[in-house]
Amino acid sequence: MSDHNGAALHGSPGQTDAVDQSRRGFLTFATTATGVLGAAFAAVPFIASWSPSERARALGAPVEVDISKIEPGQMVTLTWRKQAIYVVHRTPDMVSKLPGHDGQLKDPASKASDQPAYATNATRTVRDDLLVVIGNCTHLGCLPKARFEQGQPELGADWPGGFFCPCHGSKFDLAGRVFNGSPASVNLRIPPYSFSNDSTLVIGLDGAAQGAA
Amino acid sequence: MVDSLMHRNLLGRTAGRIVLAVASLALGAALLVSPAARAAEEGGHGEEHAVHWQGWKAGNVVSDKASLQRGATNFMNYCVGCHSLKYMRYERMAKDLDISTEQLRKNLIPTGAKPTDYILSTFPKAEGEVWFGRSPPDLSLITRSKGSDYVYQFLKTFYVDETKPTKSNNLALDGAAMPAVLSDLEGVKRAVFPAGGGVDAHGAKALERFEQVSPGALTPEQFDGFVRDTVNYLSYVGEPTQVEREGLGIWIVLFLLVFTWFAWLLKLEYWKEVH
Amino acid sequence: MAGDNNDGLPVRTGFLGWLNKRLPVDAFMRDQLTGYYAPKNFNIWYFFGSLALLILVMQLVTGIFLTMHYKVGELTAFDSVEYIMREVPYGWLLRYLHSTGASAFFIVVYLHMFRAMLYGSYKAPRELLWLFGMVIYLALMAEAFMGYVLPWGNMSFWGAQVIVNLFGTVPVIGPGLVEWIRGDYGIADATLNRFFSLHVVAVPLVLLLLVALHLVALRQTGSNNPDGVEIKANKGADGKPIDGIPFHPYYTVKDIVGVGVFLTLFCIVVFFMPTFGGIFLEQPNFEVANPMSTPLHIAPVWYFTPFYAILRAVPDQQLGALAMALSLVCFLLLPWLDRSPVKSTRYRGWMWKSALTLFVIAFIGLGYLGLKPPSDLYTLLARVFSVVYFAFFVLMPIYTKLDPVKPVPTRVTYDHG
Repeated sequence: MSDHNGAALHGSPGQTDAVDQSRRGFLTFATTATGVLGAAFAAVPFIASWSPSERARALGAPVEVDISKIEPGQMVTLTWRKQAIYVVHRTPDMVSKLPGHDGQLKDPASKASDQPAYATNATRTVRDDLLVVIGNCTHLGCLPKARFEQGQPELGADWPGGFFCPCHGSKFDLAGRVFNGSPASVNLRIPPYSFSNDSTLVIGLDGAAQGAA
Repeated sequence: MVDSLMHRNLLGRTAGRIVLAVASLALGAALLVSPAARAAEEGGHGEEHAVHWQGWKAGNVVSDKASLQRGATNFMNYCVGCHSLKYMRYERMAKDLDISTEQLRKNLIPTGAKPTDYILSTFPKAEGEVWFGRSPPDLSLITRSKGSDYVYQFLKTFYVDETKPTKSNNLALDGAAMPAVLSDLEGVKRAVFPAGGGVDAHGAKALERFEQVSPGALTPEQFDGFVRDTVNYLSYVGEPTQVEREGLGIWIVLFLLVFTWFAWLLKLEYWKEVH
Repeated sequence: MAGDNNDGLPVRTGFLGWLNKRLPVDAFMRDQLTGYYAPKNFNIWYFFGSLALLILVMQLVTGIFLTMHYKVGELTAFDSVEYIMREVPYGWLLRYLHSTGASAFFIVVYLHMFRAMLYGSYKAPRELLWLFGMVIYLALMAEAFMGYVLPWGNMSFWGAQVIVNLFGTVPVIGPGLVEWIRGDYGIADATLNRFFSLHVVAVPLVLLLLVALHLVALRQTGSNNPDGVEIKANKGADGKPIDGIPFHPYYTVKDIVGVGVFLTLFCIVVFFMPTFGGIFLEQPNFEVANPMSTPLHIAPVWYFTPFYAILRAVPDQQLGALAMALSLVCFLLLPWLDRSPVKSTRYRGWMWKSALTLFVIAFIGLGYLGLKPPSDLYTLLARVFSVVYFAFFVLMPIYTKLDPVKPVPTRVTYDHG
């Protein structure tokens, strides 16, 4: 705006007020700054309106799963917050074999992976027999298939059992840990979960809240 | 905590009213009074035996959370049996009204319902049509479509009428399908009409006075408070964001006044050189 | 003015130089803002054009965001509006901004139109500018009407019913036309869907095009002013109008003040009285559309009521609809009905001043009556006002010719400083 300060105006020849540049500069700054601030405030409701609505949040409330019906070696799937949740009842044999292939994993101790603190352990679970993971592959979100039988020809003779993603070929073990050579670089994510009693798993409610429940 | 919140809301409303007063002057719009200002002017009405019941004002204050909590309890005890609030979730209500999860679960949610559920009546629609000739309406927006004052007047003008299947009638809604469900609280009232019948200035049945036939569990003052809290709650349900809206509005208007003031000084500065 | 004309352009190097070789940024600034000379005597009436543009942008932005959450369809529309009001973060604000914006748009446009009448801005050489403006106004009415149907409240439904049925008064093809507009035997899902498409896509595009034409025509003739003096007739030695000042910075800083005042008033309505006592958002529209129950008192939104009152004042369906249509067409003819040699009311005589005053009273009176339920007195008043309304236009060639005008100065009056 300061380009035009000297603009010669007609109608008043010979009459030119000395323009107080500092006052003009300050007011231009103040008006512009307030205007920009106001525009930023005005953007808030528009941006916020894209966040999950109260309805989406309500539908994203914790879900309960009856785990007494899941046979050893069996997997059930369900959705929570629009994500696929895999719940696997691991046999003692499956659990005991987990440490056997640590050498072939990208992140065997789950240091770089996303899981609650109470699932950051060797079995990636609260209860050894029950694996709870978000099924969506950490590569680009496809759903890996359950391939629990050991030694499948197309997955390699030493396949210890786990998950195989058909989209881009990522492989995960029975703790959802990713194998070397997969396009995915971190282990399958684990949602917050807890147990309201021996046979009821609550997905979406943190273990920390277990005392209150 | 609740007190300080209420204090803030009251402060907010006072500031809001000042802004409003300035605006009304600026607009020169004397006939346009905000609901908030209107609510403040009124109140103190609602005396029994008044002939002009159409003048009764609900006078409820939506920022009064204690009143809203009482109103929510009233609704859950007396209304939800037949009426739903299909746009309102238990959880949202608890959050807005400072009701704890334990209180919610213990007193307000019917067994089997989840906090995230909408407040739906379990009353079967078909039965309503059999019993009352129509199914009881959803009340989510009743204060917006009819006005809070109307709901207040409706709840306070039931009277005994043996000619009706419900044994009761209503001045605000002649031939109301709804029975006088609050009569155990209010007691039973008889309406005394003028000898010649006739209609009042509003085209409704002219009323001479109400006569208390039998007392209810509440005194008239207590019952008036009961109705006002319930209307207040319904008014909140009609627009759950209204308190937030007015609270936010004050800051935005103040901000715009500062902006306009700067812009005005800038304009004067530039226009000094125009002759 | 555009093209290779480099007069008065700053010498740019670096990125700005590169940019200006490829995109005439500086030339545009010079031609449209700093080098566009506007009369220096604009008064308060000259804020409403820029405010209308501001509201158009606001309506587009809030509308785009509302469309992200609204679900068209007779079973979903009403619920989705309540979803926006309650469950979408700040959805209530988007909705109130949009609904209040609609009314604000008409307030500003009516004041803008009155300004044109007050100072004769429709007269030669600005006839086309006025016509573009009037077509914008008509498109805006269509836009507002269809937008009002979208929440699918009971007033939406019955408003659509009444307005669409007006097309049934067209001779011969009327009944078929109404059915074609509705796409069903009553106002239905099909009607709602097509109104949605027109409201969010087609009419906004038309509006933008018309606004662009309106602005181009304005730049061609230059603004009129409260004195009705052509500033281009008095140029200084440098070829600039003596009574003109550059639009930028003088009118940009002035318009910003107008924007500030407007937004303050606008936000007071949005945050403290969004229904405006049932005038901006009507009570029956908080009930879902019900084809079996007409609201007790049905009236269009306030900005249509002057024309609605004319419709009701005529005791014949076809003639009523015709009168209503004519009441709009009259505005289009204004540049040719006005035979006065003078533009501005300031230099016109008592005839024009009385006629304009009566017209304003009739217009506002009709607007008020259109909001009220009909009664004998109101119908009589509406008829009187309707006669005044049409007389203003029909008799205009006569009284503007006879009107004793005052001499118009050669320079604008500006007495500040």
